[in-house]
Amino acid sequence: MTSNPENNSSVEIRPIGSLQSCISKPDGSAVFTQGDTSVMAAVYGPGDVKPNKALMDKATVTVTYKPKIGISGVREKALERMIRNTCETVLLTTLFPRSSVDIIVQEIQDAGALLACSINAACLAMINAGIPMKCTVAASCCMMGKDEELIMDPTKEQTKDAECVLTSAIDSSAHSLIASSMQGSCSVEQYHKLMSVCQKACDKVFEFYREAMERTLSKP
Amino acid sequence: MTALSNLEEDFILKAIEESKRLDGRQPYDYRRTKIEFGVERGCCMVHMGDTRILAQVSCEVVEPKENRPNEGQLFVNLELSPMASTTFEAGRLSDYGIELNRLLERTVKDSRAVDVESLCIVAGEKVWKIRLDVHVLNHDGNILDSACIAALAALSHFRRPDVTVIGESVTIHSPQDRDPVPLNVHHIPVCVTFAFYHKGKRLLVDPTEKEEKVMEGTMVVGMNVHRELCTMQVTGSMLILKEQIIRCCQIGVVKVSELTELIKQALEKDKTARAEGKKFGFAESHPKKSITSKVIPEQTLDTSDVEDEVSRIMETAELPEQVSSKLEIKKPGLGQIGDGLTNSWLDDGDADEAEEEENGNSKEEDEMEGAIGSEDEDEEEEEEEEEKKMIVTKPKAKDKRKGKSKAYVSDSEEEETFTLDNADLDVIQGTKSQKLSEELDLTAALKKPSDKTKSRGNTRAKGGKKKWKKEQNIKDRP
Repeated sequence: MTSNPENNSSVEIRPIGSLQSCISKPDGSAVFTQGDTSVMAAVYGPGDVKPNKALMDKATVTVTYKPKIGISGVREKALERMIRNTCETVLLTTLFPRSSVDIIVQEIQDAGALLACSINAACLAMINAGIPMKCTVAASCCMMGKDEELIMDPTKEQTKDAECVLTSAIDSSAHSLIASSMQGSCSVEQYHKLMSVCQKACDKVFEFYREAMERTLSKP
Repeated sequence: MTALSNLEEDFILKAIEESKRLDGRQPYDYRRTKIEFGVERGCCMVHMGDTRILAQVSCEVVEPKENRPNEGQLFVNLELSPMASTTFEAGRLSDYGIELNRLLERTVKDSRAVDVESLCIVAGEKVWKIRLDVHVLNHDGNILDSACIAALAALSHFRRPDVTVIGESVTIHSPQDRDPVPLNVHHIPVCVTFAFYHKGKRLLVDPTEKEEKVMEGTMVVGMNVHRELCTMQVTGSMLILKEQIIRCCQIGVVKVSELTELIKQALEKDKTARAEGKKFGFAESHPKKSITSKVIPEQTLDTSDVEDEVSRIMETAELPEQVSSKLEIKKPGLGQIGDGLTNSWLDDGDADEAEEEENGNSKEEDEMEGAIGSEDEDEEEEEEEEEKKMIVTKPKAKDKRKGKSKAYVSDSEEEETFTLDNADLDVIQGTKSQKLSEELDLTAALKKPSDKTKSRGNTRAKGGKKKWKKEQNIKDRP
């Protein structure tokens, strides 16, 4: 997790795990874990949409984020918005006009990099549901500590003394940026540094998606 | 999945009649039940067949209720997540959800399973509020039993921070500082749900969602290992015999002891795993062998080329044009940064003058416009249109008057169709003359500031103007 102090040229990411089709009801579901952080996502759709929410030219994508403690407030709404916009970018919504794709994200355990884990879980659930997508999306979180050291995939404790935390979502085809959320402040140069490290971590997530899918679709 | 066909319904009912179930269970069997604990204290996931429940206990320090100054609080919240079924809506709880929530509350809270008096820190001032959130993640029947197991397991698993009170000062110790303390759970009440079929003759334990759909009614028995009844509820459109109630309670006794044993075993297992420093948590309990699961261990990213990449970006990237960040104060209260578009909010008087030229039809009109001014282009246009209509209609009205016609028509909203006789006119003139003069005075007042300050006319002024015009017209007549 922490960068090696002697050789400052490598960072570690926590172990990644996933379990697809973990619950029976939704069309697609997945649990995504990054270290101790764990998020469950479920996808219903494309299905019926409420008439007042129907769009004439594309599917309505809704994301519900459920916190583990208490009811959802502004923080959760912001997360929902972020995940929704990210997912809508990669979904081929124009194939299903006047229908809805509902994505529900349930926090199981927050141990840092929650937004990144949520986006990854949502993406894996969408793949599991078999909804047509342009490409996949992966997100990763990177922080910069007080001494400008980079910490990839930080835990909650590590995030507490961060100068800035960057979460970025990248698409798998063009490797271009889909979403970026930053807390704290840094210079332009530091930002590029964080971004390029995030990009590398996202590539690892893409590799993981591929392996996980290969395993899921293999013959037992 | 919401609809169940008649064939399916008949099939299930017929099977039940023969004491058979779709999943091969015996009528009084529970499905495979698994209890997992998270890394955090007080976090518990229960699998009961395909039904999946997540429970989390949390705590905070609050002021106690006035009528119970030395008792802590226990808050039970059950949520039917839209993840569980398409019929569940996010945000608000359905009737079904409220019923389940209340039943859970009755079992956990009203049976006094948790000692609330030990949650008091300073009587009348500070107590612990224990919050129990139960999330239904997948609905395959028998939510209540699994929620109850999850709730009790989570409450027994939870540890609250230790507190020391010395005189007035209260210290809440962090987990590193002092070991957190468990809640006092007196007993473990567990719900057992029975579903009734064939006019209450047949009963099933732990119904699945499909079985729940065809059942006539349900009976909930909440009980602990000491054979103490905590909750009991019978609902549905059926009449059951009192022998059935006794029988259900007897079955309940057996099932409750089984489930309590399961909870205790799971808690023990987690305790030993934690004590021995083994890995625990949900991530560890994933079925590794399942083909839908995949885990890759910790990975190392090579970041040696990041510096080069950054410097390349920094070199090739075009710097944004320098934008002046100097704040210009154009007018008191109006600041501007950079040279953006022209500011339409500034009042330099030019616009009004131009507008006056446009409307230069008659002096009277001109003055009116000046008095009214304009705030908005839209409004201005509307007004202009109205003005034009007035101009058009005016000569008409005059013509009619010349021809001694009795009707007087105008387009404006305020002025509705009037039909006036000569006699009427006399009356109006007589009675209204005073009023008229008053209104004339008003309009004169409105006119006054029109020269320089250009008072912004509002709709009321507009109305006033029109009235005045109407009055003028009437006055002009005989």
